[in-house]
Amino acid sequence: MPSLGADMDVGTVIEWRVAPGDHVHRGDIVAVVDTEKSDIEIEIFQDGVVAELLVPIGTEVAVGTPLARIEAAADATNGPPRPVEVHAPVASVLPPPPAAPRAPVAPGRVRVSPLARRRAGERGVDLGSLVGSGPGGAVVTADVERGTPGRAENAAALRPPEVLVAPTRGASTDRRAAMRHAIGQLMARSKREIPHYYLATTFDLGAASSWLADANSRRPVAERVLPAALLLKAVALAARDVQAMNGHWVDGFQPAPAVHLGVAVSLRGGGLVAPAIHDADRLTVDELMAALRDVVERARSGRLRSSEMTDAGLTVTNLGEQGADEVYGVIYPPQVALVGFGRIVERPWASGGMLGVRPTVRATLAADHRVSDGHEGSRFLAAIDRLLQNPEAL
Amino acid sequence: MRTTYREAMRAAIRDALARDDRVFLMGEDVGRYGGCFAVSLGLLEEFGPERVRDTPLSESAFVGAGIGAALGGMRPIVEIMTVNFSLLALDQIVNNAATLLHMSGGQCNVPLVIRMTTGAGRQLAAQHSHSLEGWYAHVPGLKVVAPATLEDARGMLWTALCDPDPVVIFEHGGLYNLEGDLADDAGPTPIEGAAVRRKGIDVTLVAYGGMVGKALEAAEVVAAEGIEAEVLDLRALRPLDTVAIVESVAATHRAVVIDEGWRTGGLSAEVAALIAEDAFYDLDAPVRRVCSAEVPIPYAKHLEDAALPQVADIAAAARLSVGVGGG
Repeated sequence: MPSLGADMDVGTVIEWRVAPGDHVHRGDIVAVVDTEKSDIEIEIFQDGVVAELLVPIGTEVAVGTPLARIEAAADATNGPPRPVEVHAPVASVLPPPPAAPRAPVAPGRVRVSPLARRRAGERGVDLGSLVGSGPGGAVVTADVERGTPGRAENAAALRPPEVLVAPTRGASTDRRAAMRHAIGQLMARSKREIPHYYLATTFDLGAASSWLADANSRRPVAERVLPAALLLKAVALAARDVQAMNGHWVDGFQPAPAVHLGVAVSLRGGGLVAPAIHDADRLTVDELMAALRDVVERARSGRLRSSEMTDAGLTVTNLGEQGADEVYGVIYPPQVALVGFGRIVERPWASGGMLGVRPTVRATLAADHRVSDGHEGSRFLAAIDRLLQNPEAL
Repeated sequence: MRTTYREAMRAAIRDALARDDRVFLMGEDVGRYGGCFAVSLGLLEEFGPERVRDTPLSESAFVGAGIGAALGGMRPIVEIMTVNFSLLALDQIVNNAATLLHMSGGQCNVPLVIRMTTGAGRQLAAQHSHSLEGWYAHVPGLKVVAPATLEDARGMLWTALCDPDPVVIFEHGGLYNLEGDLADDAGPTPIEGAAVRRKGIDVTLVAYGGMVGKALEAAEVVAAEGIEAEVLDLRALRPLDTVAIVESVAATHRAVVIDEGWRTGGLSAEVAALIAEDAFYDLDAPVRRVCSAEVPIPYAKHLEDAALPQVADIAAAARLSVGVGGG
């Protein structure tokens, strides 16, 4: 079970896309995992043949649990296939072992009814902490409901008990509550562990806007590029130069070898995810626009891929047209920086001794003081600004 | 109107004979004797020997004749004394009635209705007491129904006759004396779809035919202990109403399947399997089954009682399903 974000402790396999005997290739989607945030498509990182699926559908397992056994495809020497136990690399700090002791049951698997397992997954209840009251001592739904954490913020988010007998209707509410809980946990961890510093500046988007207007006038509506794509491209290129902004903090700073840019996507009905656009610095603006549309659509339909949940080294949050003027973001662990853009507004702008009106955007940087300081942060923002002044080169 | 299951079934046959000249009834002792279970008593006198026909003791011959009559444009009602005897006509039913539409490329419908009794509980011993509904429910090309109420005894026959394809109606022998009120204008009822006979929230008791009444009794027993059981009458055994079964289990999260047939390879296995397939994530307890003991149904009263699903067995399964302190 791969860690699909620093906030993930457990996941539930809800779909296998392969069966024993299937040949798989690096990058193939082999399974779909249900996390507190979304359904995520799991990619395989290795070529081979599926030997065994170790985790049945519907089973919740801890991050790090092997999901399947892959055997390397038999080579030309006809030697016996070499078994390799495969699970996606754990992207960040492993979660602490469950604090609660297991219920006093026989060694082996805890007996849990399918509905109880589902409810526990929806609410983030540790099944091991429950004592079963059902047939044969199995954990049933009533046990999960009794064992749901009683903290105020959780209790408020949960549905009232009398609604619990209704079938699946409340699933989205549960997911929403679980996501809010997960975001809260992660952001609290970020604020607790990461010494943030903040910088802000204003970019003149005059050149970028007129270049964009000109380029879009020659395109059909469906292919038009939004300013967000230019902003992302500029951030991605600047991140190449200022390496202290792009990477992970895991027992020290590990600079990212490529620019995988996280994009904060707010979900309908609340919550957000920040999937990565891979190699954003190498994409043309058009490709980046297409990638952005794709990832936003899949984020909202709950079909993101595992690598997109773990690979980002730097995240951009862009409030867009309806947003506030500026945003000071909270860094998404284990990343070390977050760039925020407010909405683009016309402001009076003094340039070359003349006062004019220009489209501008407030850009902010939240960065990790363990890795960088204000000087590098300023250099990063200045690099983004410089790139935006030459939009044709983006 | 106060009536019995037997009278309701007779009213259905009488009504069908009166409404449609193509309808006729045939089978062993259905005429002069009035039917082995007295269902057709008086109909020979009322409709004459052309429409109510006694047949020789050859199930294969008279079911085959029924298939031929159906192909020729008639709407025969063929009565077979018990499901045990229907095995003599299995070739006609399974190899002819059920297949002809398919094998003729859709040219030959077989609008045949076969009625037979099923079930035990009346000390008729193994050769007259088995419940083999599941065997017929296995066969594509047939529709299989099991009226468990006065309304369905009165209503399913006409709908079955209107159906262009063969329909097998199972009448549980223990139901004929079931007495109750039936609306004076009671008419046809569907031959597909299950029906909730009692609402409940804690466990679904899935039953059909002769077991519906026992399930309702068991629901009353456990209600006194605080367990609200829902009773789902399957009504149609083929096709099964998957939607109704899944909806009920999704609401109660527990299921007990009651089948007077044997457990191994039976209808109860089919129902349990489709719950596992389509309602797995709604289950809060393993699906349980209450079936007949895996023996030929005994003749001796106490042994027969012990072999059949009884109210106490169903109530015990419901309690187990809900679990100590669960619910």
